[in-house]
Amino acid sequence: MSENRVPEDDEGTVLFRVPLPKDPGALKGLAPLIIKHHYEIDYIHSYAQDSPFFAGLANQRLLGTRCGSCNYTYGTPRAHCMECGRPCDWVDLPQEGQIHTFTVCHYGSEEFLKETPYILALIEFPGVDTLFLTRVVGLDPQASSLDWIGMRVKARFRRLSTFRPTDVYFVPIGT
Amino acid sequence: MRPVYAVSGGVSKFARARPDLDFRGMVKEAYDYALTDLHLTPQHAREIVDGTICSYFSDHFTRQLKAGSMVQDYLGLCPKPGKRIEGGGATGGLAVQSGWEAVASGRFDICVVYGFETMSRVNTWKGNEFIALASDTNFDYPVGGFYSGYYAMMVVRHMKEFGTTVEQMALVSVKNHRNALHNPYAQKRREITIEDVRRAEMVAWPLTMLDICVMSDGAAVLILCSEDGLNTLHRATGRTPLPAKITGVGGGLDAMRMADRPHGEVILLPHERPEDYRGLKYPGVHSFRAGRTAAKAAYQMAGITNPLEELDFIELHDAYTSSEIQTYEDMGLCRYGEGGKFVEGGMPFMPAVDYGVHFPEQGRIPINPSGGLIACGHPVGATGIMQGVFALWQLQGSIRAHFGSDVLQVKNARRGAIHSHAGTGTYVVISILERGD
Repeated sequence: MSENRVPEDDEGTVLFRVPLPKDPGALKGLAPLIIKHHYEIDYIHSYAQDSPFFAGLANQRLLGTRCGSCNYTYGTPRAHCMECGRPCDWVDLPQEGQIHTFTVCHYGSEEFLKETPYILALIEFPGVDTLFLTRVVGLDPQASSLDWIGMRVKARFRRLSTFRPTDVYFVPIGT
Repeated sequence: MRPVYAVSGGVSKFARARPDLDFRGMVKEAYDYALTDLHLTPQHAREIVDGTICSYFSDHFTRQLKAGSMVQDYLGLCPKPGKRIEGGGATGGLAVQSGWEAVASGRFDICVVYGFETMSRVNTWKGNEFIALASDTNFDYPVGGFYSGYYAMMVVRHMKEFGTTVEQMALVSVKNHRNALHNPYAQKRREITIEDVRRAEMVAWPLTMLDICVMSDGAAVLILCSEDGLNTLHRATGRTPLPAKITGVGGGLDAMRMADRPHGEVILLPHERPEDYRGLKYPGVHSFRAGRTAAKAAYQMAGITNPLEELDFIELHDAYTSSEIQTYEDMGLCRYGEGGKFVEGGMPFMPAVDYGVHFPEQGRIPINPSGGLIACGHPVGATGIMQGVFALWQLQGSIRAHFGSDVLQVKNARRGAIHSHAGTGTYVVISILERGD
C-alpha cells in the first residue's frame, strides 16, 4: 500500500454506489441523503446539595427539608428556601400520605417505554407544604378514576438502591 | 421605550419531517416569504436589517451548537449582531419579546426574529425523552420522564377541583383541528368529533393522542421595526406595510418541579375580586401562576382591564387540550375553574365555522383560529414566532392573502394576544398586538 493513501475497508459502510446525475444542473433534484448517527455519553453527575436525599433512600428514610427561618417544609427537598432564601435543614418526612393527583402513563419517553403502563402521582404529606413525585404500585392501571385522589398511601423502598428517586415508591395502605 | 411594530412574517410549513431542508434552509424559506411580503430583496435586507434574535429550544434535537450563527450566515446577515434565546416551549414567544426589547431600547431599528426546531431527527419516544430533560433531572425525569404524564397529573387535579370533563377537553381538539382545515400551514388538518378524541389511543390518562400536539420540523420569521425602521423600509421599497403595534409584553416563571408549587392565594386581574376565589388554593398543580403573572403584566401595559371584552382573538400555547382550558383561566377570559364551561359554551370557537356541535355563545373570542399547536404542529423554537406571524396577518386583515381563504379571518380584528408556554408552566410569555393604523 502506498504511504500517501488512507487505508480503506468496508467497516461502518452503510451504502455502496451513490447514484449521481452527471449534469450539475440536475443536482438540486437529488433526493436528500439521510444517514444514522450514533451518540452516547456517560455523565459524571453529582447530586451535590441534594445528595442526602438519595443517601436517605438507601437507608429507608424519606427526607425533606424545612426552612430554618420561616419553617416552610418541602416534600421534595431543596437546600435553600424558595419563600425566604434562607438555608433549609433536613427532616424526616412522614412515610404515609395521600394521593394529591396522578396519571397512568400508557406511553413514556424511550427510557421508560418498557415500564408502561405505570402510575405517576404527586403525594401530599400532613404538615408538609409541598408535594413529592413518585410511582404508585398496587393499583390497576386500567381502572384509573378520580376516586384515587385522596387515597392513603405509604412509602416502600427498594432493597437494592439505584440512587435514583425511584428507590422509593408508594403503595395503597391496606394492600 | 420606543413603539415597536411587527411588519412582516413567514412560516416554513410545519411537517412531521423536512429531510429536504435543514434548519438553515427552513429559516431561509420563512425569511424569503417575509421579505417578499415587504417587496424587499435579500440584498436590500442585508443593508437595512440591524440585527437578529435566534430561537431554538433543544441542543439535543439540533445536535449542532451555536446553530444561530449558521442561520445568520445562511441568510447573508453576517456580520450583524444577534443572539440565541432559549426557554423551553416558550422559546419562540421569548424571542419575540427579545426582539421587542432590542427595538424598544433603540438598539435596533429593524430586527429579524427567526426560530426553528428539527424534531424529526429522532423517533417520537426519544423526542419525548429530550423534552422531558426539561424537567428536574434529579427528582422528576427519572420518575416520570414524560411531559404528557405531567400535564395529565395537572388536569386530573383540575378535574377534581373544578369538575372539568374529558369531553370539554376534547372540544378544544375538535375546534383546533377543524380550524386547521382552512390553514394551509397546519400539519394536521382533520375533521374530528369528541368521540374520535376519546377513542384515540390513551397516552397518559385522561389525555389521548388527539389531546396532545405532535412533533414537527419547521421554522418561522417575524420582522420587527421601530418608527425609524418603518421609514427605512419605505425608502427601500416605496411602500409602507400595514404594521401591528406591540402594545404589551408580560412574562412569568414558576418552580421547575410541579411538586414545589405553592398552595396560596390567587393573583387577581383587575376585573376579579378576592371573593371570586374563597377557599381556592393557588396555583397548586391545577393552574399556571406564571401564565397569570404574564397576563397581568401584559394587560397592564396595554391598558386592558377586561380581556374577554377587549381582545378580539388569541393564539395560545395549546400543547395539550387541557392546558388550553387552563390558559383561558390564567388569561382571565373566565374565572379559575370555569374553563371547561367556557369551551362548552362555544366562546373560543370561530363564529362562522361549522363544528358539528351547537353552541349557545359560539365565537365570542376566537382562540387559536389557526388551529394552534395541536393542529399546526409544535417545532418548539418556531412556534411562538408562528403565533406572532398569524396574529400579524389577523390584524392586517391579510389572512386570505396568506391562507388562500378568509374563513379564519377574525372580522375587524383590532387587538390580539399571543401566549407561549414552557415546561409545566415554568416560563410563560404573553404579548399584545394591535392594528398599527
